[in-house]
Amino acid sequence: MHRWDFASVLANTDALLVGAIGTLHIFAICLVLGLSLGLVVGLGRYARSRWLYWPATAFVEFFRNTPVLVQILWFYFALPILLPFSVSPLEAASLGISLNSAAFSAEIYRGGIQSIERGQWDGARAIGMNWAQAMRRIILPQALKRMMPALTNRAIEIFKMSTLASAVAYVELLQQGKLIASLNFNPIEAYTAVAVIFFVFLWPLVQFTYVLERRLAGDE
Amino acid sequence: MYRWDFTPVLANADLLAAGLVNTLKITGTSLACGLVLGLALALLRLSKHRWASWPAGFVIEVFRTTPPLVQLFWFFFALPLIVGIEMTPFMAAVVTFSIQSAAFFAEVFRAGIVSIERGQWDGARAIGMTHAQALRRIVLPQAVKRMIPAFMERTIELMKTTTLVATIAYADLLYAANEISQKTFRPLETFTVVALIYFVVITAFSLVARRLERRMAISGESTVH
Amino acid sequence: MTILKVSGLAKRFAGQEVLRGIDLDVTKGERIAVLGASGSGKSTLLRCLNFMEMPDAGTVTLDGRTIGRRESELTLVRQRIGMVFQQFNLFPHMTALGNVMEGLRTVRRMPRDQAQARAGKELARVGLADKAANYPAHLSGGQKQRVAIARALAMDPELLLFDEPTSALDPELVGEVLGVIRSLAEEGRTMLLVTHELGFAYHVATRVIFLADGTIHEQGTPDEVLKHPKKERTQSFLARHKEFSL
Ligand SMILES: Nc1ncnc2c1ncn2[C@@H]1O[C@H](COP(=O)(O)OP(=O)(O)O)[C@@H](O)[C@H]1O
Ligand SMILES: [Mg+2]
Repeated sequence: MHRWDFASVLANTDALLVGAIGTLHIFAICLVLGLSLGLVVGLGRYARSRWLYWPATAFVEFFRNTPVLVQILWFYFALPILLPFSVSPLEAASLGISLNSAAFSAEIYRGGIQSIERGQWDGARAIGMNWAQAMRRIILPQALKRMMPALTNRAIEIFKMSTLASAVAYVELLQQGKLIASLNFNPIEAYTAVAVIFFVFLWPLVQFTYVLERRLAGDE
Repeated sequence: MYRWDFTPVLANADLLAAGLVNTLKITGTSLACGLVLGLALALLRLSKHRWASWPAGFVIEVFRTTPPLVQLFWFFFALPLIVGIEMTPFMAAVVTFSIQSAAFFAEVFRAGIVSIERGQWDGARAIGMTHAQALRRIVLPQAVKRMIPAFMERTIELMKTTTLVATIAYADLLYAANEISQKTFRPLETFTVVALIYFVVITAFSLVARRLERRMAISGESTVH
Repeated sequence: MTILKVSGLAKRFAGQEVLRGIDLDVTKGERIAVLGASGSGKSTLLRCLNFMEMPDAGTVTLDGRTIGRRESELTLVRQRIGMVFQQFNLFPHMTALGNVMEGLRTVRRMPRDQAQARAGKELARVGLADKAANYPAHLSGGQKQRVAIARALAMDPELLLFDEPTSALDPELVGEVLGVIRSLAEEGRTMLLVTHELGFAYHVATRVIFLADGTIHEQGTPDEVLKHPKKERTQSFLARHKEFSL
């Protein structure tokens, strides 16, 4: 029977703290980039003009149908060949995760916008609003409310995906777990601790999405 | 201007093919185990007994809320030391991805089973079926139909997630890419080709899935997600 | 004085000819009731007048200017032609006051306090001053439709389009909405009103037009069309609506 020894992990709290900051850092970048770019792409998917629709659709299909780890490694190993400068682990991982999240959230935005009844467009246009005004003032505020559970789920996925940055040696929680495990020969405690930290971060968020879903179901 | 040259990559087509086979092997094995385990978890979760539903719920929540890569590392580096068995990367990957997809499948099964109207249970019970018989003969066949789109979606996610095994040195398609790119010094061409292979395989699968979904929509089946 | 002139208006949906060559002059102060069977194109006609649907052929002339198809021009036109829908189409995420202010704020860029005062006045006019802070979900159908009328009035339209404004209402709520429309008629507002309330049309309209086969099949004073229709189609349509009291 294994004798658990978490003291060796607790002795490395500072390393885990550095990792947690790295995780939160890349999470924040990808959350902002992914969800805002997703809105742009989602509007493109919703557009009637084929010059907007087809590029947006190609983007969504490509990034949804390739693994995000492949994208990260592509940006890290392949992209620098085409660029006059190198790509850092943080940049490569952020690009991969953000573009992937943009593709997935684009479909959430499009679905949310499409779910708003035609009458709302009618009401907005009848008082003289143009497309942009109607979208910003009438359609998006209602659609965003309906999309909240799905967007929160996306945020959770982004948080989980941030561990993939360790594949290009970006310093985040899992990477620090690896470091602690190899320095102290305590992989059981090190990886268990990392898993527990993620669970503690994400569990409240997951419960929050359940609350959102229930509230939305109650509203409609 | 960079001069693209795909010949070194194509010269290693055998490595890529072997990698793709391994990717499909892990996906297929984990899918099969995940479905069986997922159904079991769902039934436990739906049980009236707390001692069954609560642990099942706990497993589902843990595997849905922790990153797959952390799970994989735990099963590869930590579990063997605890139970004292040697784990190959393949075993660790299959165990991780089976339980992980089971956690997601369980929620699909549960939603599907719950979506079947009470009347179907009543009807089955009225002709003398036991709970198990009603589930197997009446409820599940109807529920599974509604769940097919969600299963398809999850299977695609699973295939993409299997790329994580490259980080524990299992020779899947992504690992082959890494190897070839180091051997040929052609990372741009190698990773581009590998990304395209994934894209083609996954797109083909999702097209089939969509067609299936459309056919079911025409036959008037509602679906769960 | 003609404020709206429609000529040769045509509209097709997927090969189906809904409107074929509508000619119509609307004089200032006129109140035109539009009748016709379900699916005869009454809504389409109204929606073509403010270009919520793009006509396939024909012209619409507002105050002597033929309306073009540029969005910037259409948004101006829609500010001058108010529209009230069967399903209200209120904005559920805004209060009654917010709904009425919205056009003034977003489209007219009116300062907040000014827009608020103006919107408050319109709500009072439809008898809903005390419901200003309510969200649509907490209003009855009749109240919702009155807010929708106030929302249209806030833009100072020269012409009002009503598309079956009482058809989605419970019978006991119809009266309050018709009351508001009647008071607008008494102010001398110009309006086109699609309705199945034939009694109301008879008393309030200055002209009645009957749509069939995508054209104006018959038109005239309420007396002529509703009491002494000449055409057979009009007669059988009215016979099917005999429950009304003139
Ligand atoms: N957006 C649309 N797309 C396709 N067909 C439409 C559309 N709007 C109306 N129609 C068709 O045009 C015809 C007239 O509709 P409508 O103007 O709504 O009639 P009414 O208001 O008199 O009941 C109907 O057959 C309807 O199906
Ligand atoms: Mg209509």
